Amino acid sequence: MFQHTRLNSDQNLFQKIKNLDYILLISLILLSILSFFVMYSTDGGELLAHSKNHLLKLSIFFMMMLIISFFNIKLWHYFSYFFYFLIILLLIWVSIFGIKVSGSQRWIDLYLIVLQPSELMKIGIILCLAKYYHRISIEKVNTFSSILIALVIIILPIILVLAQPDLGTSILIASSGLIILWLGGVKIKYFIVSFITFLISLPFVITVLEPYQKLRILTFLDPDRDPLGAGYQIIQSKIAIGSGGFSGKGFLNGTQSYLDFLPEKHTDFIFTLFSEEFGFLGSIGLIILYTIIILRVIRIGTICRSSFARLFCFGFAFALFIYITVNLSMVLGLLPIVGSPLPIMSYGGSSMLATMIGFGIVMSAKVHSKQMIA
Amino acid sequence: MINRNFTIRKSDIMNRRMFIIGIAKLIVFGGLITRLFSLQINDNKKYLTLSDKNRIREWKLPPIRGDIVDYFGNIIAGNLKVYQLHVIPEQVENFNYLLSRLKTILKLSDKRVEQIKKKKQQLKPWESLIISENLSWDQFLVINNYLYELIGVKPVMTISRNYPFDEIYTHVLGYVSQPNENDLLSNDVIKEKFVPGIKVGKLGLEKTFENDLIGINDIQRYEVNAYGKRINQLDYQKGAQGSKIRITLDTDVQKLSAELLKNKAGSISVMDIFTGEIIAMYSSPSYNPNSFLFGISQDEWQLIRNNPLKPLINKTLSGLYSPGSTIKPIVALSALENGIMDTNFKVQCKGKMELHGQTFHCWKEKGHGWMSLNNAMKQSCDTYFYEIARKLGVDKLKVTADKFGLGHKVLGEYFENEKSGQFPDTKWKINNLGKGWVLGETLITGIGQGYTQTTPIQLCLMTAQIANGGYKIKPKILTDDNQLTTEQIIKAIQNSKSKNLYEPLFLNQKNIKIIQKAMFSSTNELRGTSYKSRIDDPKYQFAGKTGTAQVKRISKRERELDLKTFQIPYKERDHALYVAFGPYINPRYALSIIVEHGGSGSVAAAPMAKELFKLIIDKHQLRNDNKVFNI
Repeated sequence: MFQHTRLNSDQNLFQKIKNLDYILLISLILLSILSFFVMYSTDGGELLAHSKNHLLKLSIFFMMMLIISFFNIKLWHYFSYFFYFLIILLLIWVSIFGIKVSGSQRWIDLYLIVLQPSELMKIGIILCLAKYYHRISIEKVNTFSSILIALVIIILPIILVLAQPDLGTSILIASSGLIILWLGGVKIKYFIVSFITFLISLPFVITVLEPYQKLRILTFLDPDRDPLGAGYQIIQSKIAIGSGGFSGKGFLNGTQSYLDFLPEKHTDFIFTLFSEEFGFLGSIGLIILYTIIILRVIRIGTICRSSFARLFCFGFAFALFIYITVNLSMVLGLLPIVGSPLPIMSYGGSSMLATMIGFGIVMSAKVHSKQMIA
Repeated sequence: MINRNFTIRKSDIMNRRMFIIGIAKLIVFGGLITRLFSLQINDNKKYLTLSDKNRIREWKLPPIRGDIVDYFGNIIAGNLKVYQLHVIPEQVENFNYLLSRLKTILKLSDKRVEQIKKKKQQLKPWESLIISENLSWDQFLVINNYLYELIGVKPVMTISRNYPFDEIYTHVLGYVSQPNENDLLSNDVIKEKFVPGIKVGKLGLEKTFENDLIGINDIQRYEVNAYGKRINQLDYQKGAQGSKIRITLDTDVQKLSAELLKNKAGSISVMDIFTGEIIAMYSSPSYNPNSFLFGISQDEWQLIRNNPLKPLINKTLSGLYSPGSTIKPIVALSALENGIMDTNFKVQCKGKMELHGQTFHCWKEKGHGWMSLNNAMKQSCDTYFYEIARKLGVDKLKVTADKFGLGHKVLGEYFENEKSGQFPDTKWKINNLGKGWVLGETLITGIGQGYTQTTPIQLCLMTAQIANGGYKIKPKILTDDNQLTTEQIIKAIQNSKSKNLYEPLFLNQKNIKIIQKAMFSSTNELRGTSYKSRIDDPKYQFAGKTGTAQVKRISKRERELDLKTFQIPYKERDHALYVAFGPYINPRYALSIIVEHGGSGSVAAAPMAKELFKLIIDKHQLRNDNKVFNI
């Protein structure tokens, strides 16, 4: 089966560079530069640990993205299952030997980088399911066994991530997985039926539980919940964004973050700081930039010959959309607080690593868009 | 080919489904932008305010109180620089060591050290902790010598209330101290301006005019971080000192009053008989209001509280006394006005009078013989007044007493603790005691004993209104630039059109003159009760009436013993009273003096009037020249 697969490309390096998607590349560079300046602002206008590290990671991972894009998309197809199982192993490793920080066990110390495998799983699940639906014939998509296998692929990492516990990331993994199912051609009625079943069963499950059990489950699912603060984070975030106004308070002049009213300003609430300093205009600009990136990824998907590349691009585009939506809804006070970073902008190595790998594969799909995969 | 078809069909499904998702994405992003719009554009003001509320914190500083000055502009309640010692715990490496160093340098008590430690627990580490509210100059110098090794310690200069004349004005001005819960609840101005370290009036004019005196806080605006630490100062808004208040009192007269009443319990009040301006108002003994500024020590407080002469009571306004013989001018006036008798009417005094089997004694056991009004006033013959009171009846007497202000508050609008006292009549007794009036009670009311209770300021007002020819005046303690001069008032009184302005209290002014003349005789004619205290120089010559108020009923045995004042236990001695006005020709001032348990009025009280009139009349011209004082 694998004898047909040619892992080396027939284009030379120059052609590959020529074939890179420059709209996406420039958008990413813009976003990276922007993210550095915002990080610089969180450091209070000085080049301190956060901005330095962020810059370093950006440079390394950007290079890595380019390198990934030069490898044939067939290679990534070939290693998809391997990556998936490797990350599953890492997740198991985390649950046994991981570093515990404030009640949840999510990280592995790899000396050079503290890795969060659940972030990598966001890409891993897309890769794995894209390959799965690439290989499965359209008639078999809706058979019981193939749906069951797809669900197992999704549920396995989710159980491991939920056990850390990390509700936010598991929701993001689940939605990325489900979207591939949807794109792969699983019947709409299955989605509708399971969604309705889920909604109907939810109140029963909740009523059966004792109050202390509910509380325990809530705390289990979401240890970051702050019962004493009662929405302090979200209130401060809304104040910061709202006070930014039309054109913002100006770069380095965000009082809410400068005076430490804003919690988690480096990570989950980075948009809040950005929006406070750059206002409505800046925020719209950022959303437009993200939209360009997403649309571009979708566009790349549509020109790919192989279903794998197309599924991956669509899946990744949707995942980006979900990350951005969940993060923005959270800081705008539309969703409860579940830890979820804003791609590229937020401080955090694993998230950026996963995102950049994703973009690398998308780039590779663009460079090798004519590539057929058996 | 089949494989390729699959791929095409697959990609069709994918593209179609991706398109649906794409639409959903646009809707969701649209929703997010709407949300951004509502937060950043619609509610921008609201969130800007909240953000400023977050980051801007105001620190009010204690305002500077307005000065209070006497009639001549001398500051009697002012402000003084004081040196305080603050410590900022955050900057201190070893707090306990520092505290023990300060303890030895400043000689702090163990109790104080405990207090400081306790207070430190309640403060944030960057808030300044007050070690000493009022450093003496010596302490300040010593601290400055050690300052280089005491890191985190800073001497601070602030302003504090100061009463330069110590106890002279306490009962008039009151004092200031830290506000308690009650002060904050009852006065919104204090509540609004409250800051730790502020002092508010607790008594007297300091309390009455709190809202004028308090001033406006300086305000420091700081940007603070989420933990409340000050980051930088944004703004300093200068406040204003409270309004200056000028009162009508004369410090010299007030001082002399204090001197005269030294070591005695009593009161002196002096009033301008035309303007109603209070010139002196002193209640003895007094206490030093400066002691309350930084919290009075328990020992000192107990000393004041337990003093048997009761320094805490303002006797001028709240001390209730039987007027004794000082009531006699009113009794005589009432009798004249009601046509009960005339100046020729005579009563024979045999030293006592029998009524319904009860004996009423005159102060002179041997009796005065045949007495006319002038003689009876001069020698204060009790029998004469028993007789005219009996003929007059208490109800008619009360009408006159009422008119002249007895039983009514005089300065109630300025002093909440003033008492009204009472002048009884038949209705009063039925209503308050539930018993009918007995004629014998009329007799003793006629000599100022029994149920009558007056305050020294009432007696002063009564005398002033007799002295000014029987016109009603409104006593005042604050100066008023629109106040008419004495000459203008006299002219206005003579002009019948302004009768409404200066309401006459008499039916026939001749009667007032008769009373004035009788009081003149009492002081300036031989055998007058205050003859010894007279001044012959017409410039200072005054007319008065002595009074000796019994504190308890004199038993038969005591009357026979005829003890001298010093032989009687202090608490049982009579109160000595004296009311007077002067100069006799063209009167200007009236006064009342009371010495608690001082014995007879002619011995204990009247001589003080002599000293007072000399000073008051000497200062008359100066006072007129300073009517409008530029303050």
